[in-house]
Amino acid sequence: MLAYIVRRALYAIPILVGVNIITFALFFLVNTPDDMARMQLGTKRVTPEAIEKWKAERGLDKPLFVNRGAVGWEKLTDTVFFQKSIRLFAFDFGFAEDQRDIANEIRTRMWPSLALALPVFALGLLVNITFAMILAFFRATYLDFWGVTLCVAMMSVSGLFYIIGGQYLFSKVWHLFPISGFIGGGSAGKFVFLPVVIGVVGGFGASARLYRTLFLEEMSRDYVRTARAKGLGEAVVLFRHVLRNALIPILTGVVVVIPSLFLGSLISESFFGIPGLGSYTIDAIQAQDFAVVRAMVFIGSVLYIVGLLLTDISYTVVDPRIRLE
Amino acid sequence: MRIALIALAFLAACGEVWNDPYPASERGQNIYYASFAERPKHLDPVQSYTEDEAIFTQQVYEPLLQYHYLKRPYELIPLTAVEVPKPKVIDGGKLTVYEIRIKPGIRYQPHPAFVEENLALDRRDIDKLKSPYELALGTRELTADDYVYQVKRLAHPRLHSPILGLMSEYIVGLDRFAKSMRQQKAEGWLDLRQFPLEGVERVDAHTLRITLKGSYPQFVYWLAMPFFSPVPWEAEKFFAQPGMAEKNFTLDWWPVGTAAYMLTENNPNSRMVLERNPNFRGEPYPSEGEPGDRAAGLLADAGKTMPFVDKVVFSREKESIPYWNKFLQGYYDSSGIGSDQFDQAVRVSIEGDAAVTPEMEEKGIRLSTSVETSIGYLAFNWEDPLVGGGSERSRKLRQAISIAIDVEEQISIFANGRGIPAQGPIAPGIFGYREGREGINPVVYDWVDGKPVRKSVEAARKLLAEAGYPSGREAKTGRPLVLYLDTVARGPGDKSAFDWYRRQFEKLGVQLEIRATDWNRFQEKIRKGSTQLFRLGWNADYPDPENFLFLLYGPQSRAKSQGENTANYSNREYDALFERMKNMENSPERQRIIDRMVEIVREDAPWVWGLYPKKYSLRHSWLSNDKPNAMARNNMKYQRIDVARREALRAQWNRPVVWPAALLLLVLAVSAIPAWASYRRKERMAARAA
Amino acid sequence: MPFLPVFLPTDVLFWFLIAGVAGYAAYCLRRPHLALPWRRVFRSGVALACAVILAVFTLAALLDSVHFRPRLPAEGSGGPAYSAEVLSLLDLALSGIRGKNERTYSAPLATRLYAKEVVEVREGPDAGKQVREYPRLRYGGAHLASEQDWVGDVFARVGAGLVAACVAAALLGLAVRRLRRRAPDVPWKAGGAALLALLVLALPIAFLAPYYHVLGTDKVGQDVLYLALKSVRVSLIIGTLTTLVLLPIAIALGLMAGYFRGWVDDAIQYVYTTLNSIPGVLLIAAFVLMLQVFLERHSEWFYTAAERADARLLVLCVVLGITSWTGLARLLRGEALKLSQLDFVQAAHAFGVPDRRILSRHLLPNVAHIVIISVVMDFSGLVLAEAVLSYVGVGVDPATTSFGTMINAARLEMGREPIVWWSLAAAFVFMFVLVLAANLFADAVRDGFDPRVRVGGAPA
Repeated sequence: MLAYIVRRALYAIPILVGVNIITFALFFLVNTPDDMARMQLGTKRVTPEAIEKWKAERGLDKPLFVNRGAVGWEKLTDTVFFQKSIRLFAFDFGFAEDQRDIANEIRTRMWPSLALALPVFALGLLVNITFAMILAFFRATYLDFWGVTLCVAMMSVSGLFYIIGGQYLFSKVWHLFPISGFIGGGSAGKFVFLPVVIGVVGGFGASARLYRTLFLEEMSRDYVRTARAKGLGEAVVLFRHVLRNALIPILTGVVVVIPSLFLGSLISESFFGIPGLGSYTIDAIQAQDFAVVRAMVFIGSVLYIVGLLLTDISYTVVDPRIRLE
Repeated sequence: MRIALIALAFLAACGEVWNDPYPASERGQNIYYASFAERPKHLDPVQSYTEDEAIFTQQVYEPLLQYHYLKRPYELIPLTAVEVPKPKVIDGGKLTVYEIRIKPGIRYQPHPAFVEENLALDRRDIDKLKSPYELALGTRELTADDYVYQVKRLAHPRLHSPILGLMSEYIVGLDRFAKSMRQQKAEGWLDLRQFPLEGVERVDAHTLRITLKGSYPQFVYWLAMPFFSPVPWEAEKFFAQPGMAEKNFTLDWWPVGTAAYMLTENNPNSRMVLERNPNFRGEPYPSEGEPGDRAAGLLADAGKTMPFVDKVVFSREKESIPYWNKFLQGYYDSSGIGSDQFDQAVRVSIEGDAAVTPEMEEKGIRLSTSVETSIGYLAFNWEDPLVGGGSERSRKLRQAISIAIDVEEQISIFANGRGIPAQGPIAPGIFGYREGREGINPVVYDWVDGKPVRKSVEAARKLLAEAGYPSGREAKTGRPLVLYLDTVARGPGDKSAFDWYRRQFEKLGVQLEIRATDWNRFQEKIRKGSTQLFRLGWNADYPDPENFLFLLYGPQSRAKSQGENTANYSNREYDALFERMKNMENSPERQRIIDRMVEIVREDAPWVWGLYPKKYSLRHSWLSNDKPNAMARNNMKYQRIDVARREALRAQWNRPVVWPAALLLLVLAVSAIPAWASYRRKERMAARAA
Repeated sequence: MPFLPVFLPTDVLFWFLIAGVAGYAAYCLRRPHLALPWRRVFRSGVALACAVILAVFTLAALLDSVHFRPRLPAEGSGGPAYSAEVLSLLDLALSGIRGKNERTYSAPLATRLYAKEVVEVREGPDAGKQVREYPRLRYGGAHLASEQDWVGDVFARVGAGLVAACVAAALLGLAVRRLRRRAPDVPWKAGGAALLALLVLALPIAFLAPYYHVLGTDKVGQDVLYLALKSVRVSLIIGTLTTLVLLPIAIALGLMAGYFRGWVDDAIQYVYTTLNSIPGVLLIAAFVLMLQVFLERHSEWFYTAAERADARLLVLCVVLGITSWTGLARLLRGEALKLSQLDFVQAAHAFGVPDRRILSRHLLPNVAHIVIISVVMDFSGLVLAEAVLSYVGVGVDPATTSFGTMINAARLEMGREPIVWWSLAAAFVFMFVLVLAANLFADAVRDGFDPRVRVGGAPA
C-alpha cells in the first residue's frame, strides 16, 4: 500500500512537469513579458526604461526556454521557465505581480472557498442520493416519471439562470440574504446560505438522475431478487442491501473531486462576492497575473492527482478484494 | 427541509434585518461605508497613480498642498505647507526655486516603525504577526526631511515611479541621482538619506527648497499629488526587515501618513478599513465655497474640526448590480449611477436639469452632479495613409466623420445624458475652455437659436464627396470605403455600442469594421501606430490646459517616441504654439494662443471630439458634506453621517419578506405527500402478498 | 451576380457535418443491423417529438449558415461592389424584423419605448410644447392609427395565425395518417403533435412579427426575437463542431491505448491525465486567449467582421474539443482493453491481420454505439458551457449574438427598475427548449443503443 502511494507520488512528477510546460507555453505565447510589464505599470506615462527595469527585477528578461548565450547546463537553467518552475515543486509560489505573497493569499482565501464548496458538496450528495433512492423505490410509477422529468428539466437550465434568478428574488426582492459579500467566522452562514442552495439546486438534476440509474442497476441484481424472495419488505431491501452497494460507485466517483473543493467555484464566487480562490483565479486571468495563474494551475493539478490516489484507496476500502500493487 | 427551516429560524433570530452585509458589532457606529471595484495595486505614494488607489492613499498621506474642497474652478490651498509656494526665478531664468515651509507640530499616525525596538525584530516574531499594528506603536513629528526622502524615493532602484521621467526633466540633479541609484544593488533597506540630491534640500526642520530647471508653472499641481507626500525613513527600514514581505507587510500595502485616517485593516480581496488617526492635528472645515453651497448645506459645518467620521469601511464590489442594490438598501452611503440604473434614479427635466425620481426622493436620496476634468474621444491615426495626414482629402474625410458621429445621441443612449459633447480638447472648468457661441467647434456645429446644433448629415456627405468618396464609395473604382475601428472589448455591454458605431458610419454609406481586442493588444497596436480609428480617454492630472493640449503635441507622438499623443498628430504651428503656451502663467495672451491652437486642431480634426463626462452621484439623506471633486480624493475627512437616521431607515427598507420562502417550503412538503401515500400503499400490498 | 457568396469555415464544416449525418442515415437504412437501434430510438414518442424540435432548430441554423455579401447599387465606373456586411439566408427570411431598430428598450408587443424622452406634442392645445414621456416606437405598432386599436389588432393577428395553424394541422393530420399506414410502429402522432405545437406558437408570432416586436427590443433597439433566432446557430455549431474535433482524437487515442497497451498506453494515459489535471476553465481560458492573440496578429486574413467572429467561433470549438476528448478516450480505452481480449480479435491477430485493420474493422464498429451515445449526450453540455464561458470572457466574439452574450447583457438589465426581463426570458426559453429536447433525445438514443453506458457531461 505504502509502496503504491510512493510510486503514484513519483508518477505525479512527470505530470506536474507537463502541466507546467503547458501553462507556461500557453501563457507566454499570449503575453510577452512586455505585456505583463505594461499591465502592471499602468497606462499613463510609462517609459521603455521602466519596462526593462520591471522585467529585469522579476527575471523576465531572460530567454523563455533555451538560453543560447549561456554555457553548459545553464543553457537550460538560466531561463525564465526553469527559474520560475523549479520553486513550484517546493510549493514556493513567490509573489504575485502586485507584490503580495501568493502562499499567504491562498491560505486566507482557502477558507471562504471551503465555506461555500464543502456544504454544496456534502448537502448536494445527501439530497441527490436521497432523491435518487426515492425515485428508485417508486420505479416505473408516475412519481418516478415526474421525478425524472424534473431532473431532466432542471439539468436543461443553464446554471447562470439559477444564480441570476435566485439572487434577484431572495436577496433583492425579499431581503432575505445579503446580496453579496462575505464575513468569516460565525456570520458566514448568512452569506453562503443562498449560494449553497443555488449550488445544490444547480447540480441536482444531472446527479440525481445518474444515481437513480445506479440504484436501478443495483436493484436488478440477483442478490436483491433473492432478498425479496426471502420476503423482506421493499424498504428493508432498499436500505439494507441496495443502498450500501450502490453507494460504492457513487462515493468512489465523487472522491476525486474532494481535494479540488479547495479551489472553490469560479462562477458563484464572483457572483456573490466571496473572496475565495475561485474569484482569485478569475481576477488573475483578467489581470494577466502569471504567477498566480501558474500557482493555481499547479495546485489544481496536485489536488487532482491526490484525488485520483484517494479514489484508488477508496476502492480498496469498500472492496477488500481489490489490492493496490 | 428541516435544516432549511432551522436555518430560517436561526436567521430570524439574528435581528430584524437579515440582509446586513456587515458584522453585527458595527451597528450604530459612526462608520462611513464605501466600496471599491478594483484591487489597488500600489499604495506606496511613489508608485500609486490611479484613482482606485487614490481613494486610499489620499486619506492617509498628506502632500504639501491640496485642492479646496468646495471652490470651483479648482484652487490649490496649503495642506501641510504654510502657504502655496511662489516660484522664485534665479540665474537669469535658468532655474526656478520653490521654498516651502511646513507647519510645525504635525505628527504621524501611531505606527510600529517609530518605536526603536521594532526596527530590529526577530524573524519568528514577524511570522506570528497578523497586523503590524499588534506591535508597540509610536509617533514623531513631521519634518522637511521626510519630503526630501520621498522625492529621492522617486528614483529608488527597486521602485517604479511613473513620474520619474517627467520630474527628471525638471528637478535639478534628479536625473544624475537616478543614474547613480541604479548602481545600488544591495538587498534590504537602502538608506537614501546618505545620498544628496542637488535640487531638493532641507533648509531647516520645517523648510525645504526645490530647484527646477527653467520654468514649470504646473509644478505646484504636482505638489498636491501623493507623489509629494512625506515618507519617514523609519517606515522603509521597518518594512525592509526579512520576513515582512512574506506577510504582505510592505509600504506598498500599509501606508504610514499624517492625514486624518490610517489604514488598519488591509484585505484587498474584500475589505479595507480606515480608522481615525488619533494624532491628527485637526483641520477646520472650509468656511467658503461656491455660490449655492450654503443653500445646499455644505457650509453648515464651517470651521468645525474635521474629521467627523470615526471609521471608513471599504468593501470590494466587483459587479455593478449588487453594488447598486446595496446602495438602495442603505448599505452604502453614496453611489455613482450606472447607465442601467439611471432611469430608476434620475429624472431629467425638459431643460436638461437632473433631479432624483420620486421614488428616490421618498427615500431621501439626493443627487449631485459635476463635470469631470476628462475627455473621451475617438482618434484618427495621423500615420494612417487613408484617414491620417495633413492632406485636404483626409481632412475632409475626418471632418465628415466628425459630423456623422452623433455624440449627442451617444450621450443620451449610453450615458443617459451624463456628458457634454466636446467642442475641443480642453475640458470645462479649466483655463482656456470657452463657453457659448465662441466655444463651439465651427467644423461640426452651427450656432442656432442660442445653442450649438450639429451640422446635417447632408453636410457630412458633401464633405465626404469632396474628399473623393461620394456616397461612401471610392469615386474612381466604386468600391465601398471600409474603415477600421480599434477598441477594447470589456464585456456584455459592448455589443450594443459596436452596433451603434456601425450605424453612425452607415449614415455616410461608409462601412465600419470593429476590431475589438484586449487591452494589451489594443495598446500594442496604438504603440505601433497600426490603427486607423480608435477610442480612448484622458483623465487630467491637474487643472491646467497644458495637461490636455500636450496630448496632441507632435514630439509626444506615441508611435515615434512613446509619448502621450496617441493619435500621432503633428502640426508645426501647433507644436510651436504649444511650446510657447506651456510655461506661461494664465493670462489673456495665453488664452489667445490656446484659442489659436484649438482652432488648428478643430480644422484638422485628428480626434472626433467625444464628450466630457459628467459625474452624477447619489447620497443618502444621512450623509452630509458630500460634494464631488474631480481633483481631490481626500474627501473622507469632510463627510458627516447621521447614524441614528441611517439605522432607522435601513430597518425600514429591509424588512424581510418571508412568505414566499415559506410557501416554497410548503410546496415541497406537499409534494412529498403523494410519495408518502404511495409508499404506504406499496407496503400494504407487500404485506397482503406475504 | 447580385451577391457574392461567402464561405465561412464553420458554415462549410456544419454543412459537411449535416451531409455526413445524412450519408450515415442512408448507409444505416440499407443495413438492418445498423438501423435496428435507431428503430428502437424512434419507437419512443418523446424521441420523435424531440427530433422534430431539433430538426426545426437545425433548419434555422442551416439557413443561417449560408452567407453572402449583397451587391451595392452601381456607383462610379468600376466593377461591381459588394457590401462588407455579411448576410445569411436566415437574415433574408427575417427581413421583416431585421433592421427595424428602435432607439432603445421596448417591452414585448409594446407600441411605446421603455424609457422616457423629450418629445414635442403634435396635436391638441399643447401643440409645439415639449414634454417628457414614453415616445411611440418607430416600427412596433407604427401601423396603428390609434393606440386604442392595439388590443383588437393583436388579437386579429394572433387569430389569423391560429387559423393558419388549424389549416396546417389538418394537412398534418392527413400526412400522419399516411405515414402511420406505411410505418405503423413509429409514433407519428407524437411527432405530428410536436410540429403542431411549434406551428401554433410560430404562426401567430409570424403574423405579429412584421408589425410588433414580439419579444421586445434590447438596449440599442434590436428585436430580441431576431437575436434569439440568430443565437441558435452558435449553439448548434458549438454543440456539434466541437464533437467533430474531439472525435478523431478521442477514438484514435482511446482505441490505440486499449489495443496496443504497453508504452503507447502509458504515453496516452500520461497525456490525458496531464490535460485532465489542469482545471478545465483555466485550460480553456488560456487556449482561447492564446488563439485569440494569434488571430489578432493576423487580422489581415479577415476582410469582414463576420469572418473574424467566425474564426473565433471555430477556435472556441477547437479548444473545447481539445480539452474535452479525455472523457471519451478513457471510456474507449476501457472498452478496447476488454474487446482485445475477445476471441475474434485474438484470432485476427493470430492470422496476421495488420493492426490498423483490426482497429478499424474489428474494434471501431464495436465501440460505435459508445461514440454515438457520447456525441448526443455531450451536445447539451456544450451548449450550456458556451454561456458560462462567455460569462468568464473567453466565449464567442463579443459582436456575435449567442445565448451566452444575451444572458450576459441581460444580467445588467436585471438591475434596472422596472426590470427588463424579456431578453433573459427569451434566452431562457430558447435555450431551455433546445437543451431539453437534446437531453431527452439523448436519453432515447442511449436507451436504444445501450442503456448501460454511462457518459458524463461536458466540462463547464
